Amino acid sequence: MSYLTENGKEKRWVAGVFLVLLLGLQLASAARAELVIEITRGATKPIPIALVPFGWSGSGQPPADIAAIVRADLMGSGRFDALDNSAMLERPTRGVDIDFDNWRMVAVNYVLVGRLEQQGDEYVLQYQLFDTFGARQVVADRLIMQVTDLRRAGHLVADAVFEAVTGIKGVFSTQIAYISVSVVDGAQRYRLIVADADGNNEFVLLESNQPIMSPAWSPDGRRLAYVSFEGGRAAVYVQTLRTGSRRQVSGRAGVNNAPAWSPDGRQLALTLSDPDGNLDVYVLTLLGDKLQRLTTRRSIDTEPAWAADGEFVYFTSDRGGAPQVYRVPATGGDAERVTFEGRYNARPRISPDGRYLAVVTDDRGRFRVAIQDLETDVFQVLSDGSLDESPAFAPNSSQLVYATRREGRGVLETVSVDGLISGRVKSVGSDVREPVWSPFRP
Amino acid sequence: MKMTQNPLWLAAALTALLAGCASKPATLPTDDTMGDSTSMGGDDTTTGSSMDSTIRSAGFADDDMAGDTADSLIIYFEYDRSEVSAQYADLLASHARRLANDSTQRLRLEGHADERGSREYNIGLGERRAQAVRRLLLIQGASSSQISTVSYGEERPAAFGSTESDYEKNRRVELSYR
Repeated sequence: MSYLTENGKEKRWVAGVFLVLLLGLQLASAARAELVIEITRGATKPIPIALVPFGWSGSGQPPADIAAIVRADLMGSGRFDALDNSAMLERPTRGVDIDFDNWRMVAVNYVLVGRLEQQGDEYVLQYQLFDTFGARQVVADRLIMQVTDLRRAGHLVADAVFEAVTGIKGVFSTQIAYISVSVVDGAQRYRLIVADADGNNEFVLLESNQPIMSPAWSPDGRRLAYVSFEGGRAAVYVQTLRTGSRRQVSGRAGVNNAPAWSPDGRQLALTLSDPDGNLDVYVLTLLGDKLQRLTTRRSIDTEPAWAADGEFVYFTSDRGGAPQVYRVPATGGDAERVTFEGRYNARPRISPDGRYLAVVTDDRGRFRVAIQDLETDVFQVLSDGSLDESPAFAPNSSQLVYATRREGRGVLETVSVDGLISGRVKSVGSDVREPVWSPFRP
Repeated sequence: MKMTQNPLWLAAALTALLAGCASKPATLPTDDTMGDSTSMGGDDTTTGSSMDSTIRSAGFADDDMAGDTADSLIIYFEYDRSEVSAQYADLLASHARRLANDSTQRLRLEGHADERGSREYNIGLGERRAQAVRRLLLIQGASSSQISTVSYGEERPAAFGSTESDYEKNRRVELSYR
């Protein structure tokens, strides 16, 4: 059940989304949350587009409003300006029925039409996107699915439209994992949640009265590594999403923290402590549990992140007196410093395309998300809060999601890598933190 | 004499710590005050006993611990620091005595940080703080098998706000007997 209010040509919109909760496979938790997604700064010239309500042939009411899903996705990207349904002069459901003059007249550059048909147990979704001024079909497809996949199909249509128009691969059909913390009977409850990129289909992977932190997607998107303090001690686990089964991969005495998958999914970089509490970065080969130490200094060496090509492991170290980002060859060797801007740069993440390094930086007393272009070394602060943290790249490398605090509450925000478009995903029921964006589904 | 008013106590403790352990090659988290690489082994009895004589002058008895408030089981730290302030000398001395006098006692040290800075780095900071407390207990006669540490970083705050006063309450090591 979602609704949408739109304010004419303005770029601000609000979609209140009441989450449909799926029960975790192993935890029948009754969590319920309400996410409010808001674009706080959109593109200066959003692309005008018409998303015509889809046709329906089948029994009863249509089981999903595909055009509305596409609309919410595209508006949520901050790059599109979708025409009000009430301003449409016609409502075709197939390309041959389009009168392009009707769309040029209301100044939209693109028009999406389509229809949904029920065929027995299956649904067939057909769509076509047209360039209204060139009167030319830009993209079209036919998708066949079960009723449970209709929302996802809507996101796939949005992905196709987004890519056809912007040249950037859409991420609407991907997922985000995050940690949610709420207070129940005076005690904190920690949840590891996976949800669709729009906040829907929340799925509780783990729930605990002890902290959960550092979720990390495997490169194939099928598993999550995370740290759980259950039993009063830290351990790193790897959990398979589909089955809910999990394995403790590191439960050594002391610190077990900050797991990061190698690009091939065979290794985890992670942070362990020695008996004296000194933190170092190690690489754990999952098959055979082989452990290799990457750093040896008596500094806090932590927060490993793999280079996109797997050649280097980036990490935070205070070996120079204050936290900065360094990198070391993934097979071992000498570390070299990577960040030099300001006195605090931590929690490195590398964009999937290998171009950017994202960090948390101390920007004149405020903790903010910044990126460093690894080719030019240009450093740019992207966020404007004071407690911004845990940046994570979208799989298309064009935007980041990060956590911050607004009005005393933990919320998630997004920002494009050029800093021009930003948005907010506010959870009404709990504090949310440590977002991580899934890879593209194969 | 109240040892809390004697800043030399901490310096003495740290000197003893370094003297007792300099032969160990293993590494420690680097506190500015800690200097060289050290390790806490079980071979520090000499310096430990010299500390005991100092501690006795504090006049603490095990019974004093029983009547302590919960606050006395928490040690607070400065921002981004892990040195134990001299004001906790009496407190730590009494806990060390309790552990030394009863080998069945088990103490857990939970290190915490305020929310500023990244979460995983703060795990490191909490661990450093817990280790700093652990070392001071070990040099005063507690056995390493009696003390366990865990760092929660900023994940389990004592105060939930974002003011300096909240942060002061969150930069801490909590001591709990098992």
